[in-house]
Amino acid sequence: MLTSIKTNEFAGDKGKELGMMYFRVAIILFGAQLLMGLIAAIQFLVPGFLFELFDFNVARMVHINALVVWMLYAMIGSVYFMLSDETGEQLVHAGIGKLAFWVLTAAVTVVVLVYIFIQVGPGTEATIWLINEGREYIEAPRWADIGIVVVVLIFYWNVFATFMKGKKTGIMTVMVADLLALAGLYVAGMFFTDNISMDQFWWWWVIHLWVEATWEVFVGVLAAYSLIKIIGAKREIVEMWLWIEVLMLFGSGILGMGHHYFWIGTPEYWWEIGALFSALEPVPLVAMFVHVLYDWGKEQGAAKAEGHKGAVANNGPAIAWIVTNAFGNFLGAGVWGFFHTLPQVNIYTHGTQFTAAHGHLAFFGAYATILIGMMYLGVQYAYGIERLKATFKSKMGIFLIVFGVLGMTVALTIAGYEQVLVERAELGGGWNAFFQAQELPWYVQAMMWRAIMGVVTFVGFIYLVWDLLTIGKEQKAAQAV
Amino acid sequence: MANKNVSVWTSIPFWRRSAAWVTGFATILLIWLSFDTLGQISMGTAADLKNGVDKRVPAASVINYKIDYKYSKKRGHEVPVIGEKQPFFGKEWSEKEADQLLHLGKLTSQAKNCMNCHTLLGNGAYFAPDLTKAWLDPAWQNGGPLQGMTGKKTVEEAMAEFLQHPSQYPTHARMMPDLGITAEEAKGLVAFLKQMSSIDTNGFPRGFSKTLKTFEAGGTYAH
Repeated sequence: MLTSIKTNEFAGDKGKELGMMYFRVAIILFGAQLLMGLIAAIQFLVPGFLFELFDFNVARMVHINALVVWMLYAMIGSVYFMLSDETGEQLVHAGIGKLAFWVLTAAVTVVVLVYIFIQVGPGTEATIWLINEGREYIEAPRWADIGIVVVVLIFYWNVFATFMKGKKTGIMTVMVADLLALAGLYVAGMFFTDNISMDQFWWWWVIHLWVEATWEVFVGVLAAYSLIKIIGAKREIVEMWLWIEVLMLFGSGILGMGHHYFWIGTPEYWWEIGALFSALEPVPLVAMFVHVLYDWGKEQGAAKAEGHKGAVANNGPAIAWIVTNAFGNFLGAGVWGFFHTLPQVNIYTHGTQFTAAHGHLAFFGAYATILIGMMYLGVQYAYGIERLKATFKSKMGIFLIVFGVLGMTVALTIAGYEQVLVERAELGGGWNAFFQAQELPWYVQAMMWRAIMGVVTFVGFIYLVWDLLTIGKEQKAAQAV
Repeated sequence: MANKNVSVWTSIPFWRRSAAWVTGFATILLIWLSFDTLGQISMGTAADLKNGVDKRVPAASVINYKIDYKYSKKRGHEVPVIGEKQPFFGKEWSEKEADQLLHLGKLTSQAKNCMNCHTLLGNGAYFAPDLTKAWLDPAWQNGGPLQGMTGKKTVEEAMAEFLQHPSQYPTHARMMPDLGITAEEAKGLVAFLKQMSSIDTNGFPRGFSKTLKTFEAGGTYAH
């Protein structure tokens, strides 16, 4: 089975080959993320589980770091994958690109091993440089920060040089501009300050402006590219949608930052700015939703009118994941985000399981789905398959993962609801209030369901990996007959 | 031009230009607001504290003062109130000593990865209590169960003792692990917590911990 990932039909397309290398690491890190999530979920229910051996803070740190890193890997992979299609040129410095890949992968491996085996250090600068920075999502020690910046610059320069040499499509123009912003923002999180308000202020420049601005635009670009690729959507229409989406995503997302500045020591005017712009944030998600479904339906209808039978999509699993993205982005980022974004509500919901519910559905719905779709595109290309059809395993994978994540989200929403009522509104958020709320049956049962749904998600993940490993070889063999 | 008879609403150049303008405008607005905010959240000085100048983020030497969290009628929510002098670990800390202690505390909070269980200013993990106003929590005050369990006489000593030997003082089935926090690091962490509790968080957390009396009486309908 392992030889089946050694794909062979790249015909000199170094960008696509490199893209597949990134996808493979991404899926491994996705698995690590789920395993760590399972450990953390169990620790909510069985407090003594791995106590003082592999504590919640470690499991949770690896859980969220693996999430960020696998998504960045899959994003880089997607850019390398689409590069030759969009620019009409080959990657200019494939060798250096490959070297950067191995450097990055080695660095990520060392960072994770240090997280797992060393965990925490003394309160010195050396810990920040060598072990971890203890800043949620961007814990990577400073040596790795600097290394990541260097590797990302190599990646960016490679993409930019190829872009300058080739065609300048709208899709690729947005991509190049967006990647510059994405890479630049990382620098905002690379310093130490004694002032925790200042610390959090700049931390959000990385986290919010990544997740709610540049990553969302990135998803818009991938959706545009994959609609052309999978269903043959018209480029003019797709690119017009893309520019409208960029307008709305940046128009709402940049100042939507205000919703993180309600309670960290920042002035009150962020209440109004945060409320207004974050309330607008779901609007572009509706547009993206309409865009995907409209184009899909239109192309399907046009094909039918011309007398073609069957699905218009040439990649069943990929279109399924991309349509799931349209729903998931709107539901997870849009609806679940809007739930608790107004300051009047947020004063009670901030820092409860509501946030976790939103986080789970939004990261999955907005990012994981479309990146998995890109992986299926990669498999299709690598085996040179004209029409990749969904298998039983593809269907089990998508169904179980979606069902599991939705289940976790609902469970965490119920837990958050209980926390808001008991811990926050009734008891005022102190030490005692916190533990009172953690013990109530609503909360405990919700956490139990979260763990069960986590297992469902993991089973789905196994189907997904199994499918990605086998679908290409099997269908190529079937179609050769 | 090829698209001369196309309406502006389907014109790609129109949307491209609009996207660039809107993005640029939002970015400039964000940068402008950030300058104002950064001025307001920069740390105050020891002189501000002496002269009673309220800063959103007071200087490290705020550890030499009594801090309370009271409802302000004018603002409609709770605000930190800095009161008279109060010894911290039995002494008054000079400006320089206080700065160093806060530095050690903030550094330790990151080195020990506190944020991946606890919540600071409402951000972090939700596995353990929010520490934003932990210094003011009734449970740590004189007569509160957390102070009682350590057998110490002040909030700072009780907190420092707990931080060094957390698993000796289980407060709940879900315990804090021993992170190898030294006595000096524990002092720094407590200074960090005390300073954080003096930050003006616009009333977060709202209705923070009802009075000790309510707390002792188990004053809740939750059971």
